[in-house]
Amino acid sequence: MDETHETLDSALESVDRAEELALTKAQSLGLDEDELVQFGMAVRECMVNAVVHGNRYSQDKKVHLDIERSPDRIAVTIRDEGSGFDPDSLPDPLAPENLMRQSGRGLLLTRTFVDELSVNSRPGSGTEVRLVKNRAGA
Amino acid sequence: MSAKLTTRQVGDVAVIDAAGRITLGEGASSFRETIRDIVNKGNKKVLLNLSDVSYIDSSGIGEMVSGFTTVTNSGGQLKLVGLSKRVKDLLQITKLYTVFEVFDDEAEAVRSFT
Repeated sequence: MDETHETLDSALESVDRAEELALTKAQSLGLDEDELVQFGMAVRECMVNAVVHGNRYSQDKKVHLDIERSPDRIAVTIRDEGSGFDPDSLPDPLAPENLMRQSGRGLLLTRTFVDELSVNSRPGSGTEVRLVKNRAGA
Repeated sequence: MSAKLTTRQVGDVAVIDAAGRITLGEGASSFRETIRDIVNKGNKKVLLNLSDVSYIDSSGIGEMVSGFTTVTNSGGQLKLVGLSKRVKDLLQITKLYTVFEVFDDEAEAVRSFT
């Protein structure tokens, strides 16, 4: 098991850093180019949520990134220090009345592009998101 | 690489050539400004050419939706041309393929404006 932990600032540069790191680690899983791009986007979307919606760009708050890679899968955990939210309260971005909203599609894309997604958040505490992508063909 | 946007006129259609990455930050905000600028100049027919766009995230998609709304609210039309398979997939996943009018060929897209 290969493990990486980084504590990142609440800045857009951290989004790029996390995506790049996750993609580097995912290279050995035999994913094709489209799958790699999609996995990188999933990480990116969750990092954006942590930086923008969770920590609200606060310099006093960090984003904690953990990447665990085994021969069969890669798991990325992203935790912010924000105020949390109720995941069930998010509007459905595919509902006709929400189609033209400017935001709210990040988790939809993430869920589509990974094999497992868990979101642990409660109002008043931070949010932790865990993404898992399996080796190609697994 | 962030997004690079250039505009040109084909008849009475304003074409925006986008290249690079349209993501949260500079890429998405420059996109918003370009659309506003075009609308403020009175253009009603706007074609967004995504042929050279390598990557769009959900923020970039949000800017496209916002641009569509801006143009539509001004009485105009915004259409898309030159989408890569990845961008088409994103529009399918988000059901926005039902909202945007999408073309493969620029000349055909330009002709389609009423």
